[in-house]
Amino acid sequence: MNIIVVGLSHKTASVDIREKVAFAPTQMDKPLRAVVGLEGISEAVIVSTCNRVEIYAVTRDIAGGMARIKRFLADYHNLALDSLESHLYGLHSEEAIRHVFRVASSLDSMIVGEPQILGQIKTSYGYAAEFKSSGIILNRFLHKAFSVAKRVRTETKIASSAVSVAFAAVELAKKIFGDLSDKTVMLVGAGEMCELAAKHFLNSGVRGVMVTNRTFDRAERLADELEGRAIRFDDMFSYLHQADIILSSTGAPHTIIGHKDVEEVIRRRRMKPMFFIDIAVPRDIDPRVNDVENVYLYTVDDLQEVVAANLQQRGEEAKKAEEIVEQEIIQFFKWLSSLGITPTIVALRSKFDEIRKVELEKTLATWKDLPPDGQKRLEALTNAIMNKLLHTPTALLKKSGQGGRSDLYVDALRSLFDLQIGIDDEETELEE
Amino acid sequence: MNSILFITALCLYGAATIAYFTFLVTPSGKVGRIAHWVIIAGFIVHCITVGSRYLAAGYTPITNLHEALSFFSLAIVALFIYFEHRYKLHILGSFVIPVALVLMIAALGFPKEIGDLNPALKSRWLAAHTIFAFGGYAAFTVSFGASIMYLIQQRFLKQKKFGSLYRKLPSLDLLDDISYRCLTYGFPLLTVAIITGAIWAETAWGTYWSWDPKETWSLITWFVYAALLHGRLTTGWRGKNASIFSIIGFCILLFTFLGVNLLLPSLHSYNKPALVDK
Repeated sequence: MNIIVVGLSHKTASVDIREKVAFAPTQMDKPLRAVVGLEGISEAVIVSTCNRVEIYAVTRDIAGGMARIKRFLADYHNLALDSLESHLYGLHSEEAIRHVFRVASSLDSMIVGEPQILGQIKTSYGYAAEFKSSGIILNRFLHKAFSVAKRVRTETKIASSAVSVAFAAVELAKKIFGDLSDKTVMLVGAGEMCELAAKHFLNSGVRGVMVTNRTFDRAERLADELEGRAIRFDDMFSYLHQADIILSSTGAPHTIIGHKDVEEVIRRRRMKPMFFIDIAVPRDIDPRVNDVENVYLYTVDDLQEVVAANLQQRGEEAKKAEEIVEQEIIQFFKWLSSLGITPTIVALRSKFDEIRKVELEKTLATWKDLPPDGQKRLEALTNAIMNKLLHTPTALLKKSGQGGRSDLYVDALRSLFDLQIGIDDEETELEE
Repeated sequence: MNSILFITALCLYGAATIAYFTFLVTPSGKVGRIAHWVIIAGFIVHCITVGSRYLAAGYTPITNLHEALSFFSLAIVALFIYFEHRYKLHILGSFVIPVALVLMIAALGFPKEIGDLNPALKSRWLAAHTIFAFGGYAAFTVSFGASIMYLIQQRFLKQKKFGSLYRKLPSLDLLDDISYRCLTYGFPLLTVAIITGAIWAETAWGTYWSWDPKETWSLITWFVYAALLHGRLTTGWRGKNASIFSIIGFCILLFTFLGVNLLLPSLHSYNKPALVDK
């Protein structure tokens, strides 16, 4: 049994190709049934997100299985396979396992460490489980992938930092204020960066937004869009004390908020902390504002440094994560390769035993004057011969499970002795 | 028997301290949960220690320095467990539990035999006065721990340099809240301790207030925390200055508790025969 992966991602295909092969989440039953209906494919899971479309499948025939899935992808979306093929990758066995573990752990994501991918794979697996297209191997495989992702998440700091300026600002605000739900954001200037950051803050649950701008119209328009309140630029200082978080991005040639202003405002606020974010170049806010007690001033450069440090840390953490993935691959691969062994041994034994019994009966039927004692001895003799013959291959087969070469032996035995084997769920205990 | 229990509690506090320090430097939260259970185990053993001592002695076992240090430590751990549970904040342990451990180790250095009680201490006020006092001390100790955490986190945010500790520490708001909340527990407790002390002094020594060094320093401590509470309530003192104030308050408190006993002659020298006459 082999695990294969066929698909494309942000690394191999641009968005216009990705969207052509994406599957609609509302009707996953059709493609899933189609894939498990393909010759030689016994199980399948389809993962379709905006950054990747991948099919995980179980097959006896690696090359054939991959080819058929590629063909399916093209046909299903009415695309020419020739044009699609260059974007597709096909992985099998250890490579496939590594790939899925890395994807689930967000090591293959566009932004390494982003948390959505695990949820998306879980949903995809949910469809496969619902429509019964996944079986023993993929069930075990994906649960293992989830546990690897969880290990990576808890044992490394890969997902614990913000990697965009706006998001970094929100994280800092949370470290200052804790809960943002009773906090107010004030936008000074209606620039695009400010607007974006304000939206991030609104998503994080701040109570409200005030917008002030030199041209009042523009402030009003943005306030409408953010469901906030527009304030005339001249009135800014009368409202500043109501704001906890101030995002500033005016085009003013000199600073518009000085440290004396802030000292006064903070007293009016009874020392409640304030967080200033100065996105403007040149600066809108006097750098000395950061020295005022309970006031924190960050410029866009400061935020960018936070992001850069986070990204670097993610890189280091990703190395640790890769090590975890490697450990888990070895474990899972051991289990996968041991899968076929026990049923093969059982089938082989019963085949031998069957032949022995048939031949023994034939002999006994014609040997009329055999004493009762002789019958038992014949039985014992044939049994002993069978056991001796089977001993070495059985032992070797069991041992092969550890080396990962078992598929070869299992396949050879199956064809040489024409064994019929199904995988038995009881034999699939994975050592944890 | 009692000393085996005491040593067990001390060792568990030591193990918890190590676990809480490890928690500071490891990314996983597992160590924090382990530390949490170790400190709870230590707390239970410590409660049994104090309880059995109470049964053996027949009086509230806060009559000598060994017992006082041990009870102080117990009160800190009790309050800490409450806060850790309430805010799911293991990291508070890294700053508070070491204090409890140090007090326990200090307690080891003082004679711990259960002796006959000095007649001056034979009073129903003993339990009330000492329990309120150490309850208040414990609250100020947790406030001290939270204040140190506040100053560290505040420094990270002002300097814009973020160590791994930055991620572990909670928001400034939460730290300030804990520090303040402890103050609102500790201050009334200290007040009641001083009042019950005065009443007890009246029944035992015939005067409410005799400007004994312990009394004087308790009053100084009380004024420091009163000033801090006043500042917080009226002018919105918070953050850095309030944290520094809380740390200073804690140092004065330590002097009131230990310095006075060890350095100055006082009526509050616990169960020492030398001062019985006074």
